Amino acid sequence: MYDFSVLTNWIDQWLRSQVGDSWALFVEFVLVGIAILTAYAVLALILIYAERKVCAAFQCRIGPNRVGPFGMLQSVADMFKILLKEIITIKQADPILFRLASFLVIIASICTFGALPFAKGLHAIDFNIGVFYLLAVSSLGVVGILLAGWSSNNKYTMIGAMRSGAQLISYELSCGLSLMVIVILSGTMQLSEIVEQQAEVWFIFQGHIPAMIAFIIYLIAGHAETNRGPFDLPEAESELTAGYHTEYSGIQFGFFYLAEYLNMFIVAAIATTLFLGGWQPFHVPGWESFNQVMDYIPSFVWFFGKSGLCVFLALWVRWSFPRLRIDQLLNLEWKILMPICLINILLMALCVL
Amino acid sequence: MENIKEKLSAMGCTDLLQADRTLSVTVEKNKFHEVATFLKEGRGGMVFDFLMDIIGIDYVESLGAIYYLCSTDHPQELLALRVSTSDREQPQLFSVCDLWDSAELYEREVYDFLGIKFINHPDMRRLFLRSDWKGHPLRKDYDASPAINPIPAHNEVIDDMERSSTIKIELGELVEKSHQIFGEKEYIVNFGPQHPAMHGVLHLRVSLDGEIVKKIDPNFGYIHRGVEKMSEAYTYPQILHLTDRLDYLSGTMNRHALCLCCEKALSLEVPDRAHYIRTIFDELTRIASHLLGWGCICMDMGSITAFVYGMRDREKIMDIFEETAGGRLMVNYNTIGGVACDIHPNFQKKVKELIPYLRKMIKEHHILFTENPIARGRMEGIGYLSKEKAISLGAGGPSGRASGWNNDVRKIEPYAAYQHADFDVVLREGGLTFDRYIIRLDEIEQSLRIIEQLIDNIPEGFFAAKTKAIIRLPEGEYYQRVENARGEFGVYINSRGDKSPYRIKFRSPSLTLVNALKPTVTGSKVSDLIMVGGSLDYVIPCIDR
Repeated sequence: MYDFSVLTNWIDQWLRSQVGDSWALFVEFVLVGIAILTAYAVLALILIYAERKVCAAFQCRIGPNRVGPFGMLQSVADMFKILLKEIITIKQADPILFRLASFLVIIASICTFGALPFAKGLHAIDFNIGVFYLLAVSSLGVVGILLAGWSSNNKYTMIGAMRSGAQLISYELSCGLSLMVIVILSGTMQLSEIVEQQAEVWFIFQGHIPAMIAFIIYLIAGHAETNRGPFDLPEAESELTAGYHTEYSGIQFGFFYLAEYLNMFIVAAIATTLFLGGWQPFHVPGWESFNQVMDYIPSFVWFFGKSGLCVFLALWVRWSFPRLRIDQLLNLEWKILMPICLINILLMALCVL
Repeated sequence: MENIKEKLSAMGCTDLLQADRTLSVTVEKNKFHEVATFLKEGRGGMVFDFLMDIIGIDYVESLGAIYYLCSTDHPQELLALRVSTSDREQPQLFSVCDLWDSAELYEREVYDFLGIKFINHPDMRRLFLRSDWKGHPLRKDYDASPAINPIPAHNEVIDDMERSSTIKIELGELVEKSHQIFGEKEYIVNFGPQHPAMHGVLHLRVSLDGEIVKKIDPNFGYIHRGVEKMSEAYTYPQILHLTDRLDYLSGTMNRHALCLCCEKALSLEVPDRAHYIRTIFDELTRIASHLLGWGCICMDMGSITAFVYGMRDREKIMDIFEETAGGRLMVNYNTIGGVACDIHPNFQKKVKELIPYLRKMIKEHHILFTENPIARGRMEGIGYLSKEKAISLGAGGPSGRASGWNNDVRKIEPYAAYQHADFDVVLREGGLTFDRYIIRLDEIEQSLRIIEQLIDNIPEGFFAAKTKAIIRLPEGEYYQRVENARGEFGVYINSRGDKSPYRIKFRSPSLTLVNALKPTVTGSKVSDLIMVGGSLDYVIPCIDR
């Protein structure tokens, strides 16, 4: 059903027949790049709108309702605003690093985004070490944040960057270890293979209790990775005004903003891919007709639906919890999540054996 | 009190006068510190451990200061200690910073407004005005000409906040020594004047060691409007409008204080109906203020949803105010002799609807925030303020009561209709941030109780007493305190029989609360600084006046 590889293969063959192999490859790279960037931007706009509406609902407000029907064009208008804003350069800041930082953050985010399997056949690049790649690339963002905080030559940004360094590097461990549980279960790091194995039963159910523990830990640690409340210490508004991006303006700030929202989606998407069956529909072994009905729902709907659910969880947590203090944050990681993760891996290894 | 009177006159104090429950004493400048120590140490039988206020005053022939002292064991009794110096060129008095912590900021204020320097004060800077301001505005010979302090046409040089000075007696001579406030290599971060968590334009300079707060130096005056100076040229009904704008969150109560003070001076009989209405309005304002205060603590901890909930419930109270008085934040309702207009026909109905609604919502607030493990983990064990320290600092109101200091003026000297209502003073022993947090929600419940008892019993009759068209207070000194949402709000009026006061002074409860930041936060994390600041719940316009 709805296999996107039919479409992509047809484009591939048509291009090869027209311009030859190497040029076809080049055109495809460009096309994929444009598609991913567009999807990235559009998704960010949707997420920003969703967050504002969800947050408004939690706070008994209406939220944006003036621009377009139900305020749906509000984030588009905001995008134009941010594009037109002046980029202020700080006299005392390190000019090269200051500019580089926002690019590093967004590049790390786009690179991760590009490697996600969005739907059946809609997967830009399928590494055999996919999980490893996702972890490695997504953790590049912390370099950008540290640079932003340091090069701004501002005390708030400096504190924000230091907090962020401590936080991201710590939670990277839990993130990685909880994903390892699934790698042990599936025996592969290739994302397509992982999704394929979940055709009948999703890993969160296949893996019994260890997988569920890993899922919850991944949601917590992943949420911390995105620097959003209650883990928003690096940009703690009431303490550090805006944390590491205090000095940024215009589209440079926009990059941080976009990356923050997309990172939230990426965390949700990785959770979906590894634990909730990716774009696979919900199947119950034995219920043939039910499974067939489920199959009629297109794969991208499944993927975005599940990711949307995880994003909603993240928003829910963000808008109801107060912020942690730095020592509580590190305690949570090093004294609670990490040991549980290690035991969990052992448990999973025993299960698999 | 008799015992103290005898001993004080034996120590050379003069002009001992007992009026109401206030003992007024004049003491010579050189004996002042000795007398102050005597009172603080309680050698006369009463320990005057609470320095309420220092009022600087220019008597033209001399410059003086009035120290309002209070004993926490006998909070009804006040003692006004007067000291003055006839030297107008180099006025100097002895500091009492070593006896009461609250004196530190009060003495700086007196220096700022009257130019009296305090010997042995550790940090003799101006409090509100810039260090390069010429003249001391509350002196009667102050020249307000713009030529002396011109409005700058260009960017000003940033005020030098690095240096401070102390006057000490060394080998019988007065020596002024200048010193640096922070060390050379300290990592100083400015919180404010423009900062999301500063609740206004407070400026805290904080020395950090990583995340840990080492030293705090508050700077005031960014919203200083010279209310006390302005009042000297205004008539009393005009001054009423300024009181709302001090602590804008408890405007009704501040205004109530000035009304009561004027009524006391005029010996004006206020109708009971006005008393009841005033009390209900005060309590509604207190609830609104505590709801906002609660929301602000939560927001300072990063929970914006809680803040919006607090604002939502506060809105209901604002609507009730609007219906009766026309104003929402600045209600402008109390007048000398009563209230400005009668209550709206819907008033009682709406208030009665509000009570069960708020009770339900407070339960929800507890579920949302009080029971939240992160909130609990952050508030518990942080920001300890002991009872002794709170009294010494003068950090009263809910923050003081959270440390176990029973300081509710509504019980100590019941004014308006408080003696007709049965309510408890909420006291907690912990003195931690969590106590200061929870006490606000508990006080809302007590305020609801008061309103519940009064709302159906508002007596019939006039809502205001008749007053003369021009109000002139008889010659004399008047002091009135009320409990506003942050603590004890005091009004001191020195009248010379004119239609405007010779000297008016408002005691700001928030000023001392900011000073309470230093002992509570030093050694904690930056995020605790913001949170404890939120839990002390100071309002900056009240400090800066």
